[in-house]
Amino acid sequence: MSNEIPILQIDLAKQQVVNYRDVLSQTEIDAIEHECSLYESRHAAAIDALQIVQKQRRWISDESLYAIANMLGMSATELEGIATFYNLIYRQPVGEHVIHLCDSISCWLHDYQIIANHLRNTLNIEFGQTTKDGKITLLPNVCLGCCDKAPALMLDGELVESLNIETLDNLMQGLSRGQNG
Amino acid sequence: MDKPLSQYLDLDNPQNLDAYKTTGGYQGFETALNMQPQEVQKQVSDSQLKGRGGAGFMTGIKWSFVPMGKDAPKNKYLVCNADEMEPGTFKDRWLMEGAPHLLIEGMMIAAYAIGADVAYIFLRGEYRLCATRLQQAIDEAEAAGLLGNNINGTQYSLKLHLHTSAGRYICGEETALINALEGKRANPRAKPPFPQVVGLFGRPTIVNNCETLCNLPGILKNGSQWYAELSGGPDAGTKIYGISGRVKNAGLWELPMGTTARHILELSGSMQDNLTLRGWLPGGASTDFLLPEHLDTRMEYDAISKVGSRMGTGVMIVLDDKHCPVGMILNLLKFFAQESCGWCTPCRDGLPWAVEILSRIEDGQGTQDDLDALQQLCGFMWIGKTFCALAPGAVEPLRSGMKYFADDFQQHIDHKGCPHGH
Repeated sequence: MSNEIPILQIDLAKQQVVNYRDVLSQTEIDAIEHECSLYESRHAAAIDALQIVQKQRRWISDESLYAIANMLGMSATELEGIATFYNLIYRQPVGEHVIHLCDSISCWLHDYQIIANHLRNTLNIEFGQTTKDGKITLLPNVCLGCCDKAPALMLDGELVESLNIETLDNLMQGLSRGQNG
Repeated sequence: MDKPLSQYLDLDNPQNLDAYKTTGGYQGFETALNMQPQEVQKQVSDSQLKGRGGAGFMTGIKWSFVPMGKDAPKNKYLVCNADEMEPGTFKDRWLMEGAPHLLIEGMMIAAYAIGADVAYIFLRGEYRLCATRLQQAIDEAEAAGLLGNNINGTQYSLKLHLHTSAGRYICGEETALINALEGKRANPRAKPPFPQVVGLFGRPTIVNNCETLCNLPGILKNGSQWYAELSGGPDAGTKIYGISGRVKNAGLWELPMGTTARHILELSGSMQDNLTLRGWLPGGASTDFLLPEHLDTRMEYDAISKVGSRMGTGVMIVLDDKHCPVGMILNLLKFFAQESCGWCTPCRDGLPWAVEILSRIEDGQGTQDDLDALQQLCGFMWIGKTFCALAPGAVEPLRSGMKYFADDFQQHIDHKGCPHGH
């Protein structure tokens, strides 16, 4: 697999042809409208809207991006500037499960590299990649705030603390059992 | 001793509204409601409460710049900065998970004091459990009429919303946070104008740290005199102190402001077996290294400054003798390089440059010139050269690390490799 990260290109002309009602579900639209009602400006719901859509579709495709921009009355490039700014918004497809391994200082002091290498070897992927079966994406993350129980990772939004090889293997086995079941 | 914050803490099963009220919760807010907003401000000023986010600015003074009275703008905002992403810091998470109503009450008091009618919690995206528990607490408070229109039959109305961010350190800088809340790219803003006058959506806005706000209920309930007497020193109240790294029991403790670093280290059971303390960061990644000889320093703003560092978040990180100081500094600088918003050149280009040089040194490829270049970079990225405090924060562990661990740097260069085998 290539380590190169593809450069995303926004086709501005496309934005005019994407009507958000053609792309977003009613559930998504309702949830985004609710967020809009909490702020003085519709733009302010941008990050909420990205998270709402990502929750449904796992990642933010160009089409989703154009649709959200259309719904909030902002340009797609402006929204792209926000989407790519945050660590937890995925602008590329991710696997069924996403692992964010903390690589900040307290985890470094607890030799998180051993955990990182074990994950890379077990999953046979590098950070930023997804397993061939589309099951698991592996990403680094800045300090997760679990410094008293380092090393730590976040699996699908849930924190897993005090990691060692054994707990990691159990976790991975749980994920692959989920696949078979 | 009184523990105005952690007395409400239950991490497994946080108090619901009724339980919180039974133990004295929301009494501070009720006291505030019976006072004029300016009187609440005065009480907080008198308490000498200082911001717990890192800068240590007096909360009462910060509030005093907000326009008040009938000529003041109609919409004002209060924002809780709960975007806790300082590496090695986990105190706000502890408070929000364990005592969500304490934060809600603190926010209600602050909002009332500045006349804000809308408040937001700006929460980091990774703190999912905090989000669930805070939303429950907000819903409960709304259902009980503590939030909403005409609270307790008064003229005062307040809405409180939870905003969940999606992970970016710079959002903790208050003007970047305001841009983020407005749905803009979270670059910091130029000051002046200050947020107290022109903030969120151009309205007067106060941004206070989560722990700061959690101190307010106690101050209103028990008075500023009581609060000042909680500590024995110049900084009032208690502080959530903590420690992480290779100690026996990393964790957090609520202690009187001004507790010594040595006491905190002892509470953690001290260093793990066969490890020796080499250095420590007093309050997060963006504070200068200190040495074992500084352990008797009181963890308060002035005392820590006097020995050449900053109190920061008050949650210490310790470096042991089996880990390489150069490797540790490289890890810290990688974080800052990644999290730079890219707005100003010294930060955007200087931090990756420092990472490149440090990587070279750690890999045994460094030269004497590299050390000079690093020193020079510390100057290029210092206060006054950059748009906000991110790069100067990164310089702090770098410059102090180069001073205190000069021999380690030299060994990497002389022996063309890391003596710790990294």
